[in-house]
Amino acid sequence: MTGVLLPPPETGAMGGRAETPPAPSRAVLAQDWRRLVRLGAVGAFAQVFIALSNMPVRLDERVVVKPVLSLGYLTLLVVPFAAGYRVGHQIKREGMPVYAAGAHEVAGGAACGALAGGGLSLLAVLLANFDLREPLVNWSPMLAELLAFGNATWFAVVVWLLIGAAIGAVGGILRTLGPRTRRAAVTMALAVAGAAVMEPLVVDLAEGMRLEALTDRLYARRGGVNWTSALGLAAGSGVLAVLGRGRIRQARAHIASLEGAKRNRANSGLIVLTGAALIILPLFAGKLTNELLANVGLFVLLALGLNVVVGLAGILDLGYVAFFAVGSYSAAVLTAATSPRINPELPWLVALIAVVIITGLVGLFIGAPVIRMRGDYLAIVTLGFGEIIRLLFLSDWLSGWFGGSQGITKIPGAGIFGLTSVAGTDPRRVFYLVLAFCAIAIYVSWRLERSRLGRAWTAVREDETVAEAMGINTVNVKLLAFVVGAILGSFSGAIFSAKVGSVFPNSFLILVSIVILVVVIFGGMGSIVGVIAGSAVLIGVLGGPKQPGLLAEFSEFKLLIYGALLIWMMLARPEGLIPSVRRSRELHQEEMAQDAWLRGQVEDDDGSGAQAAPTP
Amino acid sequence: MTATNGNGLAPGADAANGTGRRPLLETRGLSVDFGGLHALDGLDFEVHEGEIVSVIGPNGAGKTTLFNAITATVERSAGDILFEGTSLLGLDPNRVTARGIARTFQNVRLFANMTVLENVMVSQHCRTRQHAFGALFYTPSFRREEAEIRRRAEKVLGFFGSRLVGYRFDQPAFTLSYANRRRLEIARAMATQPKLILLDEPVAGMNPVESAELTGMIGRLRDEWGFAIVVIEHQMDVVREVSDRVVVLDHGTKIAEGDYADVSTDPRVIEAYLGQGTETS
Repeated sequence: MTGVLLPPPETGAMGGRAETPPAPSRAVLAQDWRRLVRLGAVGAFAQVFIALSNMPVRLDERVVVKPVLSLGYLTLLVVPFAAGYRVGHQIKREGMPVYAAGAHEVAGGAACGALAGGGLSLLAVLLANFDLREPLVNWSPMLAELLAFGNATWFAVVVWLLIGAAIGAVGGILRTLGPRTRRAAVTMALAVAGAAVMEPLVVDLAEGMRLEALTDRLYARRGGVNWTSALGLAAGSGVLAVLGRGRIRQARAHIASLEGAKRNRANSGLIVLTGAALIILPLFAGKLTNELLANVGLFVLLALGLNVVVGLAGILDLGYVAFFAVGSYSAAVLTAATSPRINPELPWLVALIAVVIITGLVGLFIGAPVIRMRGDYLAIVTLGFGEIIRLLFLSDWLSGWFGGSQGITKIPGAGIFGLTSVAGTDPRRVFYLVLAFCAIAIYVSWRLERSRLGRAWTAVREDETVAEAMGINTVNVKLLAFVVGAILGSFSGAIFSAKVGSVFPNSFLILVSIVILVVVIFGGMGSIVGVIAGSAVLIGVLGGPKQPGLLAEFSEFKLLIYGALLIWMMLARPEGLIPSVRRSRELHQEEMAQDAWLRGQVEDDDGSGAQAAPTP
Repeated sequence: MTATNGNGLAPGADAANGTGRRPLLETRGLSVDFGGLHALDGLDFEVHEGEIVSVIGPNGAGKTTLFNAITATVERSAGDILFEGTSLLGLDPNRVTARGIARTFQNVRLFANMTVLENVMVSQHCRTRQHAFGALFYTPSFRREEAEIRRRAEKVLGFFGSRLVGYRFDQPAFTLSYANRRRLEIARAMATQPKLILLDEPVAGMNPVESAELTGMIGRLRDEWGFAIVVIEHQMDVVREVSDRVVVLDHGTKIAEGDYADVSTDPRVIEAYLGQGTETS
């Protein structure tokens, strides 16, 4: 039971860890039983919850690996794995012994996983003996069948304990692997999962590139990766990961370490490459991919707009959908021949100018009273305004203008200089249009952030009172952020109405605001790349409020997954997927200050010049 | 009630600075109430150009409230504040700064997650004009102004020797040592290009070496940069060193005024600091 003490921080920082002798591992039975049981119980509860939400049955149709694994079963396997992996986690503190991972972790993982799996065993017994339909309405009788694999109840009881233990042990084994092997294992799993998730996209692209032969081999006829090709994929990616030895990470570290001008060149090279890929890719892609890309693009545009408001200026706007709605409706009224009161039938680009002005004014109008508030009050008021705008479009009072609940239909596509018309029937053109506006939005956010205005926004976010005392007109500056955000959102609205061809008040539910905010938070507040990545993951994979993503089967459980992801994100990585430098600073101030201290950059209270000064 | 305040001592002020010049900053009967508490009670106070005035007094005497009232951070309940002969009443804090009054805070309040340079650049906001248009189209005037902002920021930071320059430019402010944070706060105030700087306990928490160094710097701020300065300070050796004139506050009123030697021997001041003697009537 003797471990090796953590080296003191000084040697730790200098990489002294390599010199310490190899740490012993713990005895198999020396588990922290309380922790193990607690984690297992949480896992069991999560298992029962997932099962009763009917996710496994609904997602059973989507096959991940052809005969062996469906998405439905995958949702039940994730929990024991996570529990098994988590239970082997050691909290490293100074003065606490550190142990090498070994049989102890595997056994602990298996026990914990078995407990989590036991939740399903218990559920199987309950389902067989009691009628749970009354209080718990979501699950269907197919759940019992699915849990027992079509066999008797006792089979389900035994098999889920075993599966839980096995999967938990896998989680424990992952702990015992060296960094390189672990990276290879994770890459293999990600490669197979990625291939399964991206299936519609890959099939669609392969059709465009005339590579059907490849996808026919990779995927089974009715969906799912063939188990043979899954093995091949895993082996291939594993080999690549071992050969690559983290080259990607090295390359990124290398770019980050470059001097200003060189780094700029590397970064702009990357941007050009990405842009070129985004322009060329849709040419080979079919309807499905382009539709998906266009949806993601629309949310990127919205999220970039909200990012200016929330991420840069720190104004928590929960009613951002209002500007999306105003943009959509004003574009609809100005372009559609069928709009009830006025129908000037302007060309789309001309209408867009008017839309920008109208939304900017609405932003000013809503912003002026809201902006004087701070914090929670401001968030609540914006929430209210978001609903007010939707209800106005829905109301009988304005139905003479906006059609009330009937909305405005038969909106023509977006005409560009009479050259082309972009309508929802051709998602590729929609995507190019969205891409162009995303480029504008990215440029605007990027330029503004690095200007006098952007600095003022940051200062206001940091400390509004001091910012005002330093001569910043906080009301004007915040209002401007609000208006810039509103205008960027209106772009998305104008494209949306041309793409869908109709607007209804219930396209602008409060849910849209929340989804956009989740995208921004998940991706990384204040970070342009993060916001784009956030949209790609959340909207592209899971789907937007009404838009299907790659995992279209999830649509029913989308909000559940959003919530779970958000909670996990806040716990594990509150700064977001790809955070801005400043945001990580805010959240990790203390660690960074300590690191700086360890590097010897924060001494100097009586350093250098001061010692020469005479004492009083 | 207000009639019995320390106005009787006012003549000392003119004696110290003589010359019927119009003061740079002048408060007339300034009162600030917090509920029933008179934080400032009919205070007359003035600062002349190129002058360093120390404001001292026991805790709760109203020193910081005076700063807050001047910079419009708290609302005054009576009286007037004149800066260069015109009233500051009704101005927002940012307008007061634009008029030429900058301040530091007792509990250092930097923009902790902005870099050292950014802290000093952002406080030039009210002296610069470029807006969204210039930033978006990267106009020549935008570039010129950005370069100018940066040059000025570097110049201001250079005032503190090697402390805040070089690699420090791009370090977030929270990594700075305590003394450097105080220096950066002064730099940030200087960058607003004020005529008057209000320093709220600039050497609090510094060791004797650092506070001696900063004391010299306060003098240089006036001599080299031409700022008038008001200092709130508890360390008497600093007060003695820097002040042209000392104003003593207690319970929101002025109880003494004059040069350091006069004030430090004034029985009322001693009483305010040490409490009343044993003889009670």
